[in-house]
Amino acid sequence: MAMDLTLVWAGIISLAIIGYVVLDGFDLGLGMLFAVFPKRRDRDVMMNSVAPVWDGNETWLVMGGGGLFAAFPFAYALILPALYIPIIAMLLALVFRGVAFEFRWKTERWRGVWDLSFIGGSALAAFAQGVTLGGLIQGIEVDLATRSYAGGAFDFLTPFSVLTGLSVMIGYMLLGATWLVMKTEGDLQARARFWSWVMAVGTVASILVVSLFTPYLEPAYFARWFTFPSILFAGIVPLAVAATVVLLFRSLHVNHHDYRPFFLSLGLFVLSFVGLGVSLYPYVVPPSVTIWDAAAPEASQIFMLFGAAVLLPLIVGYTAYAYWVFRGKIDPEEGYH
Amino acid sequence: MFEAFDALMLARIQFAFTVSFHFLFPAFSIGLASYLFVLNALHYSTGKPVYLTLFQFWKKIFALAFAMGVVSGITMSYQFGTNWSVFSDRAGPVIGAPMAYEVLSAFFLEAGFLGIMLFGRSRVGPRLHLVATGVVAFGTFLSAFWILSVNSWMQTPAGFEIAPNGQFVPTDFWQVIFNPSFPYRLAHTVTAAYLTTAFIVGGVGAYQLLRKKRREDRPGARTMFSMAMWMAAIVAPIQVFLGDAHGLNTLEHQPQKVMAMEGHFDSHPDGAPLILFGIPNSAEKRIDYAVEIPKLSSLILKHDLDAPLAGLDTIPEDEQPPVGIVFWSFRVMVALGFLMVGIGFWSLYARWRGTLFSDRKLHWTAFLAAPSGLVAVIAGWITTEVGRQPYTVYGLMRTAESVSPLSAATVGATLLAFIVIYFAVFGAGTFYILRLMKTGPKPIEDDRPDGPIRTAGITPAPSIDDKFIPAE
Repeated sequence: MAMDLTLVWAGIISLAIIGYVVLDGFDLGLGMLFAVFPKRRDRDVMMNSVAPVWDGNETWLVMGGGGLFAAFPFAYALILPALYIPIIAMLLALVFRGVAFEFRWKTERWRGVWDLSFIGGSALAAFAQGVTLGGLIQGIEVDLATRSYAGGAFDFLTPFSVLTGLSVMIGYMLLGATWLVMKTEGDLQARARFWSWVMAVGTVASILVVSLFTPYLEPAYFARWFTFPSILFAGIVPLAVAATVVLLFRSLHVNHHDYRPFFLSLGLFVLSFVGLGVSLYPYVVPPSVTIWDAAAPEASQIFMLFGAAVLLPLIVGYTAYAYWVFRGKIDPEEGYH
Repeated sequence: MFEAFDALMLARIQFAFTVSFHFLFPAFSIGLASYLFVLNALHYSTGKPVYLTLFQFWKKIFALAFAMGVVSGITMSYQFGTNWSVFSDRAGPVIGAPMAYEVLSAFFLEAGFLGIMLFGRSRVGPRLHLVATGVVAFGTFLSAFWILSVNSWMQTPAGFEIAPNGQFVPTDFWQVIFNPSFPYRLAHTVTAAYLTTAFIVGGVGAYQLLRKKRREDRPGARTMFSMAMWMAAIVAPIQVFLGDAHGLNTLEHQPQKVMAMEGHFDSHPDGAPLILFGIPNSAEKRIDYAVEIPKLSSLILKHDLDAPLAGLDTIPEDEQPPVGIVFWSFRVMVALGFLMVGIGFWSLYARWRGTLFSDRKLHWTAFLAAPSGLVAVIAGWITTEVGRQPYTVYGLMRTAESVSPLSAATVGATLLAFIVIYFAVFGAGTFYILRLMKTGPKPIEDDRPDGPIRTAGITPAPSIDDKFIPAE
């Protein structure tokens, strides 16, 4: 068979991760934006806009972790101990924000506490995800003889990983704010539009700084971006980012564009992800383990491919249906709870 | 005294803590999802408002339990790698696939239709809403199917070979999934989940019956109590049978575990006694103060009074599971199982006498027995997981070689964080669930699709708390 199953699985895992980032990204961002929307009624509307779908969004995170475990067990066994602290922090943060969806409707006296838990949990989860990403990009020390992580507990903590942590927070808030522009009306929407603009500026700045930083982390990254002929292909990404940024700012200046800012922001995330892929490929644990080094045996790949081929289109189908059921503006009078 | 807490021990405690806490929620929500489907279907087919009343009530509790199950479950999908990276690397090619199938076939299905089930009745209509409820219930079952297959493979590995780099490599996925202990474990665990839910529903029903005022029944109390007691009467005896079959399967594949469960330090060449109670003394290798029935263990396990049964004296020291924990957790599980059978039969007798809704002793017993299922499933898991020590992959890979290369300080600090946060957050959630249970269902007279604001307009001045409980 000519098809390289390892590449196929790398593609599927990448899709799961980007699926997670764009889907849970906007509801994590919305959680952080709670901080600047203190009014109870606004917060009710904001939460109702994601309540029916947040659980499905987070399932992509389980898919990313579970998929990595299944398709690239060696990478899973290296990355998780190496990034132990940010990953556990993310998991605990997700506990705080996940339960807030239910708990804040169950109590009057403690509502403020659960709102705070929603804000703090969302912020810490986003930051920890960014730190995890940065920790992976900057490279992980591996002892290939014992097939194990060879570094210390705090190796992940560098200026670069803090930078990526903050960048992900800002980017998620852009997604959250533009989601609100799409799902709300009136005063709430106007303020969401303002915050979209602020976060768009922040996101563009973050993309610039991270992009300038990354090539200098590993010689291989530098070569990918600045040598001929790969620059011909790699160069498309920054151009597309620039075009998307221009369109995004124009759409934010025009008041009748409700959907466009959100989808352009999603586009920005997808392009950044592609940019990352350009740097990292073919490594799954840079700088020493490639996707082929870490891949599960062919028997495992084939067995899972049957499931993925049948079930992934189904999942996309009924997830789209669920979003369709809850489409349109959130009616403030339609209290779900 | 802290020498005992090395990174391995802390990693084990952390995993045991997070997985036990997590399992409380699915143990309840697997059964509750099916119960909600039954209620929804009964309402759809009979149109009786009581079923919708109960559906809306248990739906709120389900939403809370499910949310806690989700967030504690996401943790589990990463704990394999964070705490057991060597195990993940070696066993990943085999058990990664069924775990990926769990995500693809079960988690997305539950998540995709949960929103519609909780919030979408007015948007999709009663028929599709019924379908969504059924899909969520089916998803919880599929999830149990895959994860129990994985656990069973670790207990009774099959369908693999070991590659030169130490990885377990699948040779036959059919054998991997349907490994020898899987059918028994699946049947026993899913039945346990149904019983857990039945006793919680029955306990709430009993509580509402006990609280009735001025001869006026609380809405739905009789219905849910009666339904739960039917489950107890029919399913609890089946569970005893399934548990026995599972035990015989364990005897065949993991004899050490059964020796620890039975407290058999010594071999019994001409019939082994059943030790009812006693205090395992691992240092002296005997059971102190044992109360035992001669030959009964041989009768149960071998169906022969005089059949010889080997004891832990035939097993090398470093392959023996710890006896004390397994011996006790097994007895707790079995005792609660028989308690459930007893309550089920009692309810049958009360039903026959016509006192099902007036027998206050029965109601008190059922109320106090509400958490019996939860305690029993945790005791059961402790029995099977501690009983398979010192292995992660039975007979092939030890727990000590499975652990991640982490420092004790790192694992200890995160363990502390897990304990504090889980008790605080899930404690609050449990409090909200108990408060809902105490309040009980609110009657829903009309059968139109939910319109929250209209309902709020009709109900005069509901209390703040009630107003913001998801009543659609």
